[in-house]
Amino acid sequence: MDTSAPSDKPSDVLLVGKGLERTFVTGEVSVRALRGVDVTLQRGELVVLLGQSGSGKSTLLNILGGLDRATAGTLQFEGKDLTHANDAELTRYRRRSVGFVFQFYNLVAGLTARENVSLVTEIADHPMKPDEALEMVDLGERVKHFPAQLSGGEQQRVAVARAIAKRPQILFCDEPTGALDSKTGIRVLEALDRVNRELSTTMLIITHNVGIGEIADRVLRMQDGRIIEETRPNRRLKPAEISW
Amino acid sequence: MVSRLSPLDIKLLRDLWHMRGQAIAVGIIVACGVAIMVMALGTLSTLRASSDAYYERYRFADVFASVRRAPESLSTRLREIDGVQTVETRIVRLVILRLEGVTEPANAQIVSLPDEGESTLNRIVLFSGRYPEARSPDEIIISDAFAEANALVPGDTLEAVINGRLRTLNVVGIGDSPEFIYALSPGSVMPEDHLFGIFWMRRRALEAAFDLDGAFNNVTLTVAPGTETAPVIEQVDDVLSPYGGTGAYDRTDQPSNAFVDSEMNQLKTMARIIPAVFLLVSAILIHSILNRLIQTERQQIGLIKAFGYSRWEITWHYLKFAIAITTGGVLAGFAFGFMLQDMITHLYAETFRIPDLTWRVDGFALVISSFAALGSAIAGAMSAALGAARLSPAEAMSPAPPVNYHQGWLRYILQMRWLDEPTRLILRHTFRFPARTAANLFGIAAAVMLLVGTLFTFDAMDTMLDRMFFRTNSHDAAVTFFEARNDTAIGELARLPGVLMAEGVRDVPARVVSANRSERISITGLPPDSSLRRLLSADDRYIDMPETGLALSAQLADMLDVTTGDMVTTHILDGTRPVAELPVTAIVDEIIGTPAFMDLAALNALMDQAPTVSGAYLRLDPQHQADFEESVIERPGISGVSLRSAIIASFEETLQETIYIMMGIYAVIGGAIAAGVVYNAARISLTERGRELASLRVLGFTNNEVGYILLGELALVALVGIPIGCIGGIALAHLIATAMATELYRIPVTVNATTLGFAAGIVLVSSTVAALFVVRRVRSLDLIAVLKTRE
Ligand SMILES: Nc1ncnc2c1ncn2[C@@H]1O[C@H](COP(=O)(O)OP(=O)(O)OP(=O)(O)O)[C@@H](O)[C@H]1O
Ligand SMILES: [Mg+2]
Repeated sequence: MDTSAPSDKPSDVLLVGKGLERTFVTGEVSVRALRGVDVTLQRGELVVLLGQSGSGKSTLLNILGGLDRATAGTLQFEGKDLTHANDAELTRYRRRSVGFVFQFYNLVAGLTARENVSLVTEIADHPMKPDEALEMVDLGERVKHFPAQLSGGEQQRVAVARAIAKRPQILFCDEPTGALDSKTGIRVLEALDRVNRELSTTMLIITHNVGIGEIADRVLRMQDGRIIEETRPNRRLKPAEISW
Repeated sequence: MVSRLSPLDIKLLRDLWHMRGQAIAVGIIVACGVAIMVMALGTLSTLRASSDAYYERYRFADVFASVRRAPESLSTRLREIDGVQTVETRIVRLVILRLEGVTEPANAQIVSLPDEGESTLNRIVLFSGRYPEARSPDEIIISDAFAEANALVPGDTLEAVINGRLRTLNVVGIGDSPEFIYALSPGSVMPEDHLFGIFWMRRRALEAAFDLDGAFNNVTLTVAPGTETAPVIEQVDDVLSPYGGTGAYDRTDQPSNAFVDSEMNQLKTMARIIPAVFLLVSAILIHSILNRLIQTERQQIGLIKAFGYSRWEITWHYLKFAIAITTGGVLAGFAFGFMLQDMITHLYAETFRIPDLTWRVDGFALVISSFAALGSAIAGAMSAALGAARLSPAEAMSPAPPVNYHQGWLRYILQMRWLDEPTRLILRHTFRFPARTAANLFGIAAAVMLLVGTLFTFDAMDTMLDRMFFRTNSHDAAVTFFEARNDTAIGELARLPGVLMAEGVRDVPARVVSANRSERISITGLPPDSSLRRLLSADDRYIDMPETGLALSAQLADMLDVTTGDMVTTHILDGTRPVAELPVTAIVDEIIGTPAFMDLAALNALMDQAPTVSGAYLRLDPQHQADFEESVIERPGISGVSLRSAIIASFEETLQETIYIMMGIYAVIGGAIAAGVVYNAARISLTERGRELASLRVLGFTNNEVGYILLGELALVALVGIPIGCIGGIALAHLIATAMATELYRIPVTVNATTLGFAAGIVLVSSTVAALFVVRRVRSLDLIAVLKTRE
């Protein structure tokens, strides 16, 4: 099934995965987590990826984000082939072009909010100021707090700020609200939504929450290692408007 | 025997396997400590047992005395002294040798044998050949080391100047005696095997040669077991003094035995100080490893406790972990220690001529080192294990409370703009766990300290050589006369070919007494402006010989507990045996022995004698040294000549091998400590921060950048630890030097910059290698796995 959005400008294509397969082999058992996935992400679009547990969402995200390699298939970023990239090349891809937000924040405990952000801006080419990034996620007041002094939602917003501060071309979020209640979850989504609108950052958000699909330009649904459905909401809602 | 392992024991084995790298690192450090203890104590007991057996079997005497010329009848009076068992009178003389192919003047100490049969005391162990025929005038037994060095075997002949006459002596046997385990020519500190030998000869021949018919000039005796030697010595002195007795002494002052004792003292010091550092480091490492392990296993511990395991069972579980690592280390240490002991014993066998000096297992050393190692391991593990046992199940099963980074004074440093985040992270980590940082710091410092504290002995050796052969003794040759003689002899020496300058000296035996302390010494009379034998003050400046009073070496002043200005009662044990109250007018710094100096004229005046000398110091023309060597041998009345060049050469030859072996051993063990400490610290850091580091890799940090964050902390610790270790090492050097100082010599504490650099270099290299082992693992961090789990 073709999941690419109709578009007249081919240069709008940012990331293309074709025939992606991933098989995990542990001892005697092998698990086919991806069984041929074709996916194209356009510049500036916000895509939500839904699917049952074990359907292969994280596996796909990790491959697209350069954390893992596909067993078969090809991957192109801005027309450059990443299929055969080595470790150093993937590191450079992540460093230059990709941001991540994970379910468990993964902040560095030994650094304050601002320092966690500047950790990334220091190795980026055209970053924003750390404070600016924290403003975007509404944390301008808490820059000097350590992760342990912040709530889960706040920590996740720091993670978002850290991810966007280097102005990545693409942001991958794996269940960014998975550990949060609805109110805090919505604040995180608002931060992501704002970044997507204001910076035109391409986003792929994994979630179990069907309602979140309503903030997307496009929703993909996975099952058994394949993308089985693609929908486009009629109107993209604001995070505050969705039903959690 | 338990046939099936309990689940906890299986877990223990898995933990051990999982942490094998760290376990091995700690095990190696334990092994080094144990090895040194086993080696030092084992060698000590080998040396003691073999020398005791040798003394016993070959009847080493208890008291020794020299006398100018005493009638044989005096031996009956000596025998009557309370507590004396056996008395043997003899003739002992130093002679000059003329050896084929050897230009330097060589000396031999000739010791008389009874006219028939074997001696009763200080008996000879005969390795080859036979005893001289009864009353034979020219047959000799020669000492083993001398025979070996000069390739002499029974049947060979050699020439000796005996009382001014060149005589040919026939070697009939090769042997040794307990009196000469460490055979030194007078005034020397290192055996010069090819230039100094012991010859045993029938007494009749010597009586004739030295004009000692029916007389003796030396006596040795044994006392009944348990008898104090001091009163015996006093009475022997009473009997001998009218005949020119120079003061009796017991085994403690007998040169060979004193050297053996001082060697044993060094081994004891080594066994006490050095392993302690190792075991302390290993205890600290065990503590940090266990703490980390328990931190990771908090929840399991909670669970186990919830199942009903007792506190004691949990404590014991973790103690077993420490015991297992240590037991491995102890066993390896035994093996390593036996190896070292074998090496050292071989070295000793060259220096200490004890028959059957073969290394043996010292059970006591094994027991004591295992106890020390296990004891320190348990001490290190106990607080961590008890901490685990004290956790309440509920508390243990909830995650550990987040570490609150308080910034404190560090804030000011961390706010500096130019710091990058990784560096900031390193700094904050370093100060987050001050106890752990301190432990790592101590470990690195201890490695440097041990290296400096042991390697300094080589610098000290250089200083000793410089002091002995250049700064204080700047003469090229020293000549001793048979008997004190008029100082016109100096003028005659000065006229020998090759001699540029000659200065007379006089050595006189004396007993100096202050309050209740008394020491038997030799007073050296020096000309007022002596330039060939100079005196140094404690701060290493030349000082002039005071015109009056005594200049005491610092050690002797210490032993007598006197200082400049105090009076000491001086009993001269020669000539008219005057007694005088003399002021201490200077304290001088001397490396060897416990000498005392006096103005030569003042000494002669005290002894009521015309200008008299007992020897001379010479400066030679290097171009004509051979001529001098040739002609001096012919001079009558000379009993010994020693050449500085020969002494230095043999000194260096003897030391060379030892130095490389010891340096190698020290470098290996110092490096092992540093590597063990760094490897452990890096591993703990990696376990603890693996998640964080993997997150950084996800964010696009390269392996090297992550490696920097992981190791930066250790680099910082090393940077601070190395200078601390250098300072500690200098302190340790002082401690060791003080502990090893004996009346025979003192180890000057000099630590060269190169030694500090060498120590730092070894520690840096071994730490880097250990760190790289850990950095390899950064590459295999599982980036995805960490994202799936909550911390
Ligand atoms: N490292 C691995 N080794 C073996 N199997 C794996 C591994 N990672 C994922 N899998 C398997 O691959 C399949 C897809 O896993 P994936 O994590 O992508 O699912 P998911 O859709 O993200 O699920 P969830 O919603 O629970 O996060 C699962 O069956 C999983 O067990
Ligand atoms: Mg997932």
